[in-house]
Amino acid sequence: MRDIHEHSAGEDLIIKTSVRLLVPFIQLFGLYVIVHGHYSPGGGFQGGVILGSSFILLALAYDLKTSQDYMPVWANALLGNIGPVIFIGVGALCAIFGGLFLDYSALDVLIPLGPVEWRSFGIFLVEVGVGLAVMSIMLLLYWNLSSGGALDEGL
Amino acid sequence: MKTLALLATLVTGALLLYGTRDFPAWGDPQAPASTYLSPVYIEKAVEQTHVPNIVTAVLGDYRGYDTMFETVVIYCAGMAVVSVLRRNREE
Repeated sequence: MRDIHEHSAGEDLIIKTSVRLLVPFIQLFGLYVIVHGHYSPGGGFQGGVILGSSFILLALAYDLKTSQDYMPVWANALLGNIGPVIFIGVGALCAIFGGLFLDYSALDVLIPLGPVEWRSFGIFLVEVGVGLAVMSIMLLLYWNLSSGGALDEGL
Repeated sequence: MKTLALLATLVTGALLLYGTRDFPAWGDPQAPASTYLSPVYIEKAVEQTHVPNIVTAVLGDYRGYDTMFETVVIYCAGMAVVSVLRRNREE
């Protein structure tokens, strides 16, 4: 990862420093919201939005290039495609292993955890896919809308 | 063309509003959703999925199709914005 001070553009020192300190905690909280969706309000959509907003915050306080140092455009595009693929892939695996589409208990044939545990774990897998998709699509929308599609300099 | 689009929107909206007349009243205990669907979720969700948060169980398991196509809708929104806006600044 390149040095964060390499790009001189952006807001003043106080905003930059506080954003730099905040972003890891925001991302940690986003991951927490995704994986803790079974026990508390949360899940893929909410956690993905929090993860995406951490990168948008970087782009606002510094510039688009800095946020692209943390999340390269190609990686963002890859994650945005992997998300729906995880969701639909899990559903298709269920169908392949003898259940109905998105009936996670069928995956018990693959790894014997017990059908009920698999329904719980299948929800988790699916939520991860949703989180990845929401995160990268949010960031993609911000990058494109703020820079008019050129992804070089934004607001 | 604009008048036609406005007309189509108004007609569709009027039809949808007319359709809501057949809906059960909000919170009606005799509505199909509250007579068997919600009780089943509340009574069976934790037992059937081992997920203490019933909202997540309904969203991810019982309503898996809905959530899948929500994700696809978001994906399509991203693809639409990219296909309209994305360009490389050549100069």
